[in-house]
Formats: sequence, structure tokens, C-alpha cells
Amino acid sequence: MTETAFTVSALNEYIKGLFDTDPLLGRVAVKGELSNYKIYPSGHHYFTLKDAESSIRCVMFRSSAAKLRFRPESGMSVTATGRVSVYPRDGAYQLYVSDLMPEGAGDLQVAFEQLKAKLAAEGLFDPAHKKPLPAFPRRVAVITSGAGAAVHDIIRVLGRRWPLAKILVLPVRVQGAEAPPEIVGAIRYANRYRVADVIITGRGGGSMEDLWAFNDERVARAIYASEIPVVSAVGHEPDVTIADYVADRRAATPSNAAEIVGPDIEEVAAWAAQTNIRLGQAIGKKLDTLSRRLSELAARPALTDPEVYLGTKRMALDYARSNLAAAGEKLAGEKRRAYVALAAKLDALSPLKVLSRGYAIAEKNGAALRSAGQARKGDKINVRLSGGSLDCLVEDVHNGEERNDV
Amino acid sequence: MAKKEMTFEQSLTRLEEIVKSLEKGDAPLAESLGLFEEGAGLLRSCGKLLDEAEQKVVQLRKGPDGAPEELPFE
Repeated sequence: MTETAFTVSALNEYIKGLFDTDPLLGRVAVKGELSNYKIYPSGHHYFTLKDAESSIRCVMFRSSAAKLRFRPESGMSVTATGRVSVYPRDGAYQLYVSDLMPEGAGDLQVAFEQLKAKLAAEGLFDPAHKKPLPAFPRRVAVITSGAGAAVHDIIRVLGRRWPLAKILVLPVRVQGAEAPPEIVGAIRYANRYRVADVIITGRGGGSMEDLWAFNDERVARAIYASEIPVVSAVGHEPDVTIADYVADRRAATPSNAAEIVGPDIEEVAAWAAQTNIRLGQAIGKKLDTLSRRLSELAARPALTDPEVYLGTKRMALDYARSNLAAAGEKLAGEKRRAYVALAAKLDALSPLKVLSRGYAIAEKNGAALRSAGQARKGDKINVRLSGGSLDCLVEDVHNGEERNDV
Repeated sequence: MAKKEMTFEQSLTRLEEIVKSLEKGDAPLAESLGLFEEGAGLLRSCGKLLDEAEQKVVQLRKGPDGAPEELPFE
């Protein structure tokens, strides 16, 4: 008996039919570790799911892969859901994956950690980039749902603490696929028109799924790029989102954001009252000091009794003047005595005084003769003596002879 | 002096300066009196702001030319 031979194609089609009609293989969840994970330019993901003994080839088409909220990586433990079918061209069966869930932590948690690590590495959470909030905001932009409790909490707390600030609500969806682009748009719009000097963005509490818009990379980047400082206010105290990390300040709740943004008007008023007192005291002290100095000056005799003061000064002047006169006289007397003494000394040295002792001075032509040799026989000389002079004729000259009797 | 142009924050900063300078007490009398007057004026205007503050809440909408329009917030 000759059996009918199948073509390869027909066999593979037959096997594929068995797989595709099997109720279990039509939808199966498989646990394993991802390996050899590749994303093709087509957008399809190809990988192998394996455990200690075995492996199965997997494909995830682009339409399913686009719904992934985390980035699958080789080595991750996952649960893959899909159907098992045959690829007729290769005669190989594989798992056509429609969904991947990380083992243990949920996919959102994994996505959160992945984005957090990525943005941290890029420096989006850098404290140096964080802008200070205005101390006394004049305009506060609130980017949140126009209908939720969050916006009312913020309005209520700001109204109590800092009613000076005008609140500008930019209503956006805070949940669902449209939420991230709307939040991003509102942040950019607020910046483009400089509508406020601080922005609060957030929403009330909810599941991680509900808060997911605030874990969106686009929202994180818009907050980072905002020139107006941003306060994030998402959910309740324990909820921390990517927006919280990138915001200039993180508030635990929307009410808390209003407390952070608005100074307490009571404290400011108390400060103003205190300042008023300080101002009064400071100027009072200044005036006291000056008036004390004024009374001290007024108490001085020059101002209390100018007559007595001037009299005293006049007496001092007279005294000084008489002192000066006495000193002058004393000085003059001393000078006079010195002059007399000097004159006496001069007198004693005078040649006239010598003549009175019997000496004579011989002069020829008005000049004194100092030796006999200076005269010739027949010269006319004049001899001055005490009491007058004699005109004489030289009869003879005796050189070298000294008179011994003198 | 462009007091009207000062923000609340600038007013408070200026007030703090004035009080500190007056408390030092070494400025001449005329200058001290000028500072006191300026400080009292700033306190008056800040006090007025605080006393008369009334919260305003509006909703912003993108107007036809793109610029924001204010609508009442319910």
C-alpha cells in the first residue's frame, strides 16, 4: 500500500491547524526568563523564553509591543501571555506574545524604576537645577483636573494662607492616555505667556495606574524645562512619582502644595506689626539721643550765661596781655644790660684808650706806620697822642734800633 | 522713588533694610527721618495689601489669538 505523500507545506499547514484549534494553546500564560531580546526596525520584538531545561521562541508584534509600559530586557523574569502556533515556513512552533508582565513587581513599577534611573542619569533630578519658589507669589497657576478635589483643596488653603495670590486654573485631564500631552501642553503654555510666578501640578490620590500620567517621561521633561518653578502635588503622602523627583519642590498632597506656595498671611502681618514697633523704637531712640545731646550742650555755661562766660574769657585775655608786656620788658632789660657790658669791653680795647696810657701812633698819608723803615728822612708824618696830634718832619731814620727802656 | 512698582517681597526687603539702618542709629537726623517716613509708608501700603486681600480665582483658556483669556472658575 502506497501512502499518499504530503507536501511539506501541507504538513505544516496541518500541524498549524492542530495547534490553532487546541483550546489550551489558543491562550496560554508562560513563566520564564527573557533571553536574546531583539527589537527589529519593523517594531516587532523577537526573543526566547527559557527556564533551566528548555526554551521556546517568541514573537511580539508591533501592535502589542507598543502597549508595553516597561522596557523588556534579557535576563528579566516574566510571564508572557499569548497563543502557541506554527510558523509554516520554518516548521517551527513559537509563542505569539500579546502581553508581557514582569515577575514580582508590576510592569508599572518596573517602568517607573527604569524611567527614574534613566532621567536621574540625565541629571533631571539634579538639585542644582531646582529653582527657588517666590516668597510671596502674586499669581499661582494650577494645572490639574478642573473637577477634582485637588483644585478645591489648593484654592481653599491658598485662600486661607495667602489670598493676595491670584489663582489661574489650567484644567487638564489627569488620567488616561490624553493626560500626559495635556499636562505638558499646559506647562508649556503657562511658560510661553508667563501666566504665573509658580505652578502647582498634580492630582488627588489613586492607584498607581491612576497617577500614571505623572510618571510619564514627557511630563517629566516639561517640568524640567519649565522656567516657572513647579511644585508637584500628586496623590497622598506615600505616593512618589517621577514628577515629584523632577519638580522644584515636591508636595505630599495638593493641600500641602498650597501650604508650600503660600506664606502664612498671619505670620506676615505679625512681622509687619513687629517691624512697625521696631521702626518707631528706632526713630524714638535716635530722637532721644539727639535731644539728650542738645540738653547737655544747653547746660554748658557758654549757653546758659554768656555774660559770665565772656567775662571769664576777657579776664584771661587781660592776664595774658599783661604777662606778655612783662615778658617784653624783662627781655628788653636783659638786652640793655648785655649792650652796656659789650660797650665797656669795646671801650677797653679802643686805641684811644692806649694813647691815654702814653703811647702815640705815627701816621703817614693817613696810614699808621708799623715800623721805622716805612718812613724816609724828610717825610712829613702825623703823630697822634692823647688829647690831639702833632705834625712832624723826619730828620733821620734809625733802622733796627730798639728802644730798651720801654 | 518708585514705591508703587515694588513687589511685596521688595517692600519687605526694603523695610528690613530701613529698620536695621535706623537701629544702628548712626545716620544724620534728616536721613533718619527720611528713612522713618519711607518705612512707615511701606508698612502702610503692605498693611493695606494684607488687609484688603481678596482671593481671585480664574480659569485660563486659550483665546482665539492664542493668548490666555480669563473665565470665571465656577
